[in-house]
Amino acid sequence: MEHQQYRLIFKHVDQPDYSNDIECYIKNGGYEDLKKAVGMQPEAICQEVLDSGVRGRGGAGFPAGMKWKFLDRKSGKPIYLICNADESEPGTFKDRQIIHQDPHQLIEGMMCAAYAIQAKLAFIYIRGEFYEGYQILERAIEEARNKNFLGDDILGSGYSCDIIVHRGAGAYICGEETGLIESLEGKRANPRIKPPYFPAALGAYQCPTIVNNVETLCDVKHIIHMGGEAFSKIGTPGNTGTRIWCVSGHVQKPGYYEFPCAGVTLGQLIFDVCGGLKPGRKLKAVIPGGSSAKVLRADERFKGKLKDGTDFDWGVEDIPMDFDSLMACGSMSGSGGVIVMDDTTDMVEALANINYFYAHESCGQCTPCREGVPWMRKVTARMCAGQAREEDADLLMNIADQIAGRTICAFGEAASWPVQSFIEKFKDEFIQKAREQAALRNDGKPTKIETTLI
Amino acid sequence: MRMDLKSQTIDKIDKLVPRYPTIRSAALPLCHLIQEDQGYLSKEAIEWIANRLDLQPINIQEIVTFYPMLRTEPTGKYHVRVCRTLPCALAGAYSTCRRLEEELDVSVGHTSEDGLVTLEFVECHADCGKAPVVMVGEDEYTDISPDRATELAKKIKNGDL
Ligand SMILES: Cc1cc2nc3c(=O)[nH]c(=O)nc-3n(C[C@H](O)[C@H](O)[C@H](O)COP(=O)(O)O)c2cc1C
Ligand code: SF4
Ligand code: FES
Repeated sequence: MEHQQYRLIFKHVDQPDYSNDIECYIKNGGYEDLKKAVGMQPEAICQEVLDSGVRGRGGAGFPAGMKWKFLDRKSGKPIYLICNADESEPGTFKDRQIIHQDPHQLIEGMMCAAYAIQAKLAFIYIRGEFYEGYQILERAIEEARNKNFLGDDILGSGYSCDIIVHRGAGAYICGEETGLIESLEGKRANPRIKPPYFPAALGAYQCPTIVNNVETLCDVKHIIHMGGEAFSKIGTPGNTGTRIWCVSGHVQKPGYYEFPCAGVTLGQLIFDVCGGLKPGRKLKAVIPGGSSAKVLRADERFKGKLKDGTDFDWGVEDIPMDFDSLMACGSMSGSGGVIVMDDTTDMVEALANINYFYAHESCGQCTPCREGVPWMRKVTARMCAGQAREEDADLLMNIADQIAGRTICAFGEAASWPVQSFIEKFKDEFIQKAREQAALRNDGKPTKIETTLI
Repeated sequence: MRMDLKSQTIDKIDKLVPRYPTIRSAALPLCHLIQEDQGYLSKEAIEWIANRLDLQPINIQEIVTFYPMLRTEPTGKYHVRVCRTLPCALAGAYSTCRRLEEELDVSVGHTSEDGLVTLEFVECHADCGKAPVVMVGEDEYTDISPDRATELAKKIKNGDL
């Protein structure tokens, strides 16, 4: 079955005749929404964004309009806007496309948002690995400045704001917004304790700051274009607008696909849109929202009540791709990174791979995270190296349970959720691994078998 | 303290520093600029940056040791980075890396004896739809199966890249 994509943010992505310079952008109607925005009252734009119901696309799914309302405007301190272009959650590759192929859409969205919150200065915090993206943005900002879409007295409105592109340097934790702010201030990216450091109250340079994801800020442009009300009609109530799903792993056609929220189910996305799995393979597991999201097992069933009171009874393939449905199934849509695993996947190795990542990326501030995450990495690495023990599954669960909820930032959960969900749903494989190795050992054979994921 | 920096680097630094609300914000950008200029951040470079920003060397040292992309040693002529995170691993990144190790005669995490290549594992480069992803310098190569890794290694060895 064909499922028509709704390309709002990715309208021009991969269009053969589209280029990322400002002439092409303007030819396609670019910066008209900024012209409209600077003619509006800033509060009116904030209201449109609130009415649109748009939720953050960076991971947590917090309504952007609500976040903007929390801004401390009474302090009299300058307000900053930060675009989170760290795109570091494994499995996510949408912001890269916007930056590379349509940078002016982001700049326009940012300037609309900056005007709405009356930011004094805006930043794009871009991960250090995106060197080409950084150069593209620098050039695009220069082009926009020359046309007075940013800088002093934007389009004669009396409002001035510039954008600084700030490069990270390879640390995942810079995606966490308070870690990002520390990094921007020239320090190690150690996340801050909330409260009191909610960025909207005390953010960059101890001033009120809004941090939004690249995609969220692009949405702002479209909200101004069509109005918050019209935007809220895309998708379903509470899950408005489109989402870009980045599908990777064992599918025939990995890639990025934009649909209205709840426009496709997980099954349609994998089997129709992405062409299904390789011949002869069966679906085993899906991580639906970037590697921190809890894994879903192919034969699970989910039953319960949605927020609006309706009952649901879904298999994995029936889950509508939106914020609330995935949450109702105990996982999350997170950053939109859908990682698909077929029946050739060794789940212990897959978890060992994930644990390696989180152990590498802990900032080291909190003891449970600094000590616990590398411990989990060691256990799964040992299991893959031929020294698995039957009690490892319980040990891993025990460590993860003692990290989640006991740390300064949500990295603690991000690192624990994979472990908790893998053990909960694939515990038999962890025990099986230990038994197989014990049997080999009894036969005097080597227990270390070649691995593919670690 | 003297540093032989390219005049463009000095130019960029002088333009960049005053743009930030606080001078310390320029620390990471300066590390990038000096690293691009010199290839790595020496002890002298760290002191130079601290001095330029009116900070203590420890303030720079602590970020240099925190951020994986900042280096205190030069890399080989070719800096090859293989993404090993789950989506790339599911697409065979570990085999790709093993092939690069064989072809380039260097083990991952090291620089070859002739100084030609530094081979490293890195974490997700946000292009998982085209896994496995390999970077050579700042150039990205996608869908690098072991066989394509062999081709890539040949080009590196022949200086065709
Ligand atoms: C460990 C961790 C990593 C994160 N990485 C990113 C990231 O790479 N990009 C991003 O936009 N948000 C990331 N976030 C979420 C940000 O903290 C923040 O919520 C988000 O940028 C807000 O923007 P939004 O409301 O538009 O989603 C991360 C959060 C955590 C806890
Ligand atoms: S949870 Fe981990 S990453 Fe977050 S602040 Fe604590 S140590 Fe750092
Ligand atoms: S896992 Fe390699 S690019 Fe994302």
